Amino acid sequence: MSAVPSFRLDNRRLELIGFALIALVILVLLPSFLDIFRLNLFGKYLTYAFVAIGLVLCWGHTGILSLGQGLFFGLGGYAMAAFLKLEASSVANTKIQSTPGIPDFMDWNQITALPLFWVPLKSLPFALFAVIAVPTLLSFILGAALFKRRVGGVYFAIITQALAAVMTILIVGQQGYTGGINGITDLRTLLGWDIRTDSAKYILYFVCCLLLLGTMFAARFVLASKLGRILVAIRDKEDRVRSSGYDVANYKIFIFCLASAMAGIGGAMFTLQVGFMSPSFVGIVPSIELVIFCAVGGRQSIVGAVAGTLLVNWAKTLFSEAFPELWLFAMGGLFIAVVAAFPRGLAGIMTDQILPRLGSWTTLGRGAEPSPAPTPAE
Amino acid sequence: MASNTDFLLALESVAVSFDGFRAVDGLNLYVDYGELRVIIGPNGAGKTTVLDLICGRTRTSEGSIKFKNQEITSWNEQEIVRRGIGRKFQTPTIYEDLTVFENLELSVPRGRDVFGALMWKRTPEVIEQVREVAEMIFLRDQLERSAETLSHGQKQWLEIGMLLIQDPELLMLDEPVAGMSVAERAKTAALLKEIIKNRSVIVIEHDMQFVESIAHRVTVMHQGKVLAEGDMQTVQNNPKVKEVYLGH
Repeated sequence: MSAVPSFRLDNRRLELIGFALIALVILVLLPSFLDIFRLNLFGKYLTYAFVAIGLVLCWGHTGILSLGQGLFFGLGGYAMAAFLKLEASSVANTKIQSTPGIPDFMDWNQITALPLFWVPLKSLPFALFAVIAVPTLLSFILGAALFKRRVGGVYFAIITQALAAVMTILIVGQQGYTGGINGITDLRTLLGWDIRTDSAKYILYFVCCLLLLGTMFAARFVLASKLGRILVAIRDKEDRVRSSGYDVANYKIFIFCLASAMAGIGGAMFTLQVGFMSPSFVGIVPSIELVIFCAVGGRQSIVGAVAGTLLVNWAKTLFSEAFPELWLFAMGGLFIAVVAAFPRGLAGIMTDQILPRLGSWTTLGRGAEPSPAPTPAE
Repeated sequence: MASNTDFLLALESVAVSFDGFRAVDGLNLYVDYGELRVIIGPNGAGKTTVLDLICGRTRTSEGSIKFKNQEITSWNEQEIVRRGIGRKFQTPTIYEDLTVFENLELSVPRGRDVFGALMWKRTPEVIEQVREVAEMIFLRDQLERSAETLSHGQKQWLEIGMLLIQDPELLMLDEPVAGMSVAERAKTAALLKEIIKNRSVIVIEHDMQFVESIAHRVTVMHQGKVLAEGDMQTVQNNPKVKEVYLGH
């Protein structure tokens, strides 16, 4: 019988130390040692960490595996990109087009007026609202349709994956409305502030860091509440939760919406830092990659998910610069290794292997020691 | 439409079929306020299905189930729980990844909606309530232990405790002593006698000695129907019951 408690409750203090380490790395160490090109890359990785934290909530704690988080990441990113694109498409900037004042890709596709659903995105407050609201609304509809009917497990995963594929096809197919396969490119300014300069990239990087830390604390708050324990209970024994008078579907909808909202914020920060959004961040492959980041870091640990995202992406960059053709194999191998050998990811290795050993000479590891062996049955 | 009765729970002409197999077939069952009813019968008689029907896990095909004269066949599971029917599953169904305390805390019948749960405060009342029940189920000193490390019998008690803290008017227990040692059985029997004081209980059980020690009335089920009903003595001497269940 295993007596190792889950990472969730190991030690609240330990988790805070993890938060502090993440903050130290992303706020101090990375900016001190990296040039702006590399720092901007890490800023991009950090946007994936928003999604990974969402997966910790809905997959790690509630047992809902979504293989379509790229969809929500993309929706947030596209909402932001639409606003920036509209600002970049002023009449003055686009006077050579046959219809000046609309995004260039619309003009190329013989569209002569701004489509109705693009109009509200001219307003920054609405665009920021849409970054969160659109992913949340879509996941609410999806969650209400599926969880109320008790669709779960692998069926849910397949449906979310299919939706991510559908969204890619939709974006690529409706080129005139979405920018098609190229995505929405040539984004320039945010309310007149040029986001392409180095100083803007620094500022956006730090904004991204602060939002990420805020998201980590929000996730921690949710997991530390009774709601967090109900999520774990749902993962363990859904029937029992229902028999305790809880409406299980509502909880699943809530956490799935929250995860999607986080993904949307990540997507928006991606657009701002990378300067474009395209369907290659929406579909099945990016969605699965996001799950791998979370799994490698530890799907039950907020700190683990962030660290895993950074490490895997860093490795990806190093590896693909050296051996571009081998990266996908390395990634696949990594995922298999994690699932087979370290189901709780890096966070699990940390709490089960490393900290207990450190524990003999520091007090840090104590919280991670296994609880006392069970007393024999009476 | 079934008539109103003085009973807490009234099942009338209830039937359910799974792919043409009638697991419960025209069942009538009445449970009084404060009664401890034991349902016995051979495997496949439909006992667990009856509990599934009452708690809304399985929908009835025909008939009426009334709880305090309210038709509950169309309610969903959590509504039925909130109106006062609690159910213990056949295998211990507890949250293994949580502590004993947390298992009990989640069963406190308050803060059951999403935002209630998010803003939940572990008040002194909650802690007191959990301790009180933990005392009854012999787990007072195990509150901080992870539930997965409990012995089988302790897990059964914990699940009973989770029901107690819900304070249901009708408590349904599916084989509460299955897999328990002799000592645990005796303790459980004492526990059951204690907890039925202010409520009605339906127990499914195979262990005849245990049944004898607790039952007010016994219902024998066979092939989805009630074969016999009455006090232990009457049922044990019923030739039909001897034939299908108790043996000669």
